[in-house]
Amino acid sequence: MMMIHRWRRSGEFVRSACKSLSSLRPEHNSMSPPVSGFVNRYESKGKTFQSNAWNDHNRELDLGRNLGMMQQYKSFGSSSASKVQRNPLFSSLEPKDVSYFKEILGDKHVIEDEERLETANTDWMHKYRGSSKLMLLPKNTEEVSQILKYCDSRSLAVVPQGGNTGLVGGSVPVFDEVIINVGLMNKVLSFDEVSGVLVCEAGCILENLATFLDTKGFVMPLDLGAKGSCHIGGNVSTNAGGLRLIRYGSLHGTVLGLEAVTANGNVLDMLGTLRKDNTGYDLKHLFIGSEGSLGIVTKVSILTQPKMSSVNLAFIACKDFLSCQKLLVEAKRNLGEILSAFEFLDNNSMDLVLNHLDGVRNPVSSSENFYILIETTGSGETYDREKLEAFLLKSLEQGLVSDGVIAQDINQASSFWRIREGITEALQKAGACYKYDLSLPVEEIYNIVNDLRGRLGDLANVMGYGHLGDGLIEPYVYEWTSKHRGSISAEHGLGVMKANEIFYSKSPETVALMVSIKKLLDPKGILNPYKVLPHSFFSP
Amino acid sequence: MKILVAVKRVVDYAVKIRVKPDKTGVDTQNVKMSMNPFCEIALEEALRIKEAGFAKEVVAVSIGPSQCVDTLRTGLAMGADRGIHVEASYSFLPLTIAKILKSLADVENPGLIFLGKQAIDDDCNQTGQMVAALLGWPQATFASKVVVLDKDKQSATVDREVDEGLETLSVDLPAVITTDLRLNQPRYATLPNIMKAKSKPIKKMTLEDLKVDIKSDIEIVEVTEPPKRKSGVIVSSVDELIYKLKNEAHVV
Repeated sequence: MMMIHRWRRSGEFVRSACKSLSSLRPEHNSMSPPVSGFVNRYESKGKTFQSNAWNDHNRELDLGRNLGMMQQYKSFGSSSASKVQRNPLFSSLEPKDVSYFKEILGDKHVIEDEERLETANTDWMHKYRGSSKLMLLPKNTEEVSQILKYCDSRSLAVVPQGGNTGLVGGSVPVFDEVIINVGLMNKVLSFDEVSGVLVCEAGCILENLATFLDTKGFVMPLDLGAKGSCHIGGNVSTNAGGLRLIRYGSLHGTVLGLEAVTANGNVLDMLGTLRKDNTGYDLKHLFIGSEGSLGIVTKVSILTQPKMSSVNLAFIACKDFLSCQKLLVEAKRNLGEILSAFEFLDNNSMDLVLNHLDGVRNPVSSSENFYILIETTGSGETYDREKLEAFLLKSLEQGLVSDGVIAQDINQASSFWRIREGITEALQKAGACYKYDLSLPVEEIYNIVNDLRGRLGDLANVMGYGHLGDGLIEPYVYEWTSKHRGSISAEHGLGVMKANEIFYSKSPETVALMVSIKKLLDPKGILNPYKVLPHSFFSP
Repeated sequence: MKILVAVKRVVDYAVKIRVKPDKTGVDTQNVKMSMNPFCEIALEEALRIKEAGFAKEVVAVSIGPSQCVDTLRTGLAMGADRGIHVEASYSFLPLTIAKILKSLADVENPGLIFLGKQAIDDDCNQTGQMVAALLGWPQATFASKVVVLDKDKQSATVDREVDEGLETLSVDLPAVITTDLRLNQPRYATLPNIMKAKSKPIKKMTLEDLKVDIKSDIEIVEVTEPPKRKSGVIVSSVDELIYKLKNEAHVV
């Protein structure tokens, strides 16, 4: 639920295991497929670990792998193997299919090479691996349409793929689905320097778009740690939030139009560039955030913002979470229109980053419980900095802030951001982890971390971090979240990881309507199967 | 002992600069400006010397338009005791800066003058050396290791980074030292220090006060970007390669 709601805040919690799984697991029936359960299987040196995260019956939290062992080998598993069965109604790939694709795309753009497929089959977190034997690289919308028309007629399941930086296993095959990667569709089609409307193909990398816009004096309305690899098409399909949501709002507001291809190859041209257009149902919203399950986004029209030169960044230390919340309220009140980011991380996250990343140091000299990043973006350099300084000094006097530094140049600012943006990277290096992105009412937000810490004790390292400004925080989580009327996926989407968990956040009636829409647009269910919506609705 | 540190306000190191269409210089409108990184290092070193007990006061000085006060505020927030802003409507070349610093040194009588080895906008690497020459003081440039001061002998030992490696010099005080990248990692401006900085004085001085002749013998004629790198060409055969090497590159 990407809502900028003043009562909802969010952050990410991560648990990483530090004790061997086998020493603490009770006997477990791995074959039982609870609707609300989710199985993540890790394979290592012949032994198979199974961890069942959410089990209605025993409320046990299973942990990832022993940190020490992580260094020796990577682990990944397919969530589907023991719980979701491959839909027998999907055909298997045949040589005639490969020939057909080669005919319409050219030999070079039909990938059967094992090495390249291995990368495309594995997600960024190395948690999920599919077994697709074919990846297709269309160069334009027409080719995407031809591919899908054929796959639909042949009942071949497909996975739309962009930068493959998703965190919920939504961008890789579960079984042998054909991968359709839009990476070659990376052209900027037009840019209006007066209105700031950018029209581009779905395969454009976010950072490249940002660089292009920079030369024109504009910025993209979203920014995330994965910007060097993620595609705008993927961002739109997952309704990515990111660091700047607090300032620019969500993609539902900034995307003015898009072009998508549905399962039967139909090209839907909804590529408007108008801010206001009330003609009929606004269908683009269906595709934004549908994670590729309703259609493949091929072009995007997005509203960009003028670049403002005065950017200031402060790195603050706070004693407790209550101070963090109060600081947020004060920041919105005092910094108002120039506030552009408000991120938080806790002590454990800081330690993790300091331990696993090079060339990173804690900007604040003392170790504190919570750290906040406050960024302002405006047009008046001196005025903005004075405003920020005045606000922070007042907060210091009031005791909301215990210490802090203000970046004096862009290099210092980058190093502060490195700490916050590097958490995900550091987690990967640290070992297996369960990442949860939830949104919860402000008051509750850190309670869940403390709660989890109490439960898990030494077993795992629980840390919290995230976009405090718009409320994103992640674990035991689904129950807890549901009870407190939060969302189990504030930002990252459902993917395959939470496909069966939607009921924690949405009523049965709404889910039923979602299923109807899916079946209307994709009767055979070939687009990104086994994801987003509960499996039970689609198993034959 | 007093330490004088000259700090320059330049286009931020991370900014992608563009040349103005009229070729008179680099576009600095709406562009982030910050303290020259080498000057930051110089200031940091001066502060460490003061914290070690060898100096009583660190004075930051900046020469330029009114926005230089922002740079001085950064210096004060890092820990300098006071600032001096020499008002000048445009940016001067090293010799003029050196003359101004000499006049200031005559007034303030510092035991050490710290500068960054060069500014990242003009890359001149001249000011420190010129100041030393005008004052008749010893100089130790490209300092890369801790400057060890000897109170009794009134001298400093400095490691310099030179082309052949490292050179260790001993200079008698007062002296001029310019700082290189590896000397230290400058501290951040902390909130408590920013608060203290608000009450530290910044004295304004004019060129008339310092009686400096600013006439320059150098005039900047034109500023252009370096020629864009031409992309490579893939040739289809050895014959074509030989043809190109002979007739286009003229190397065969």
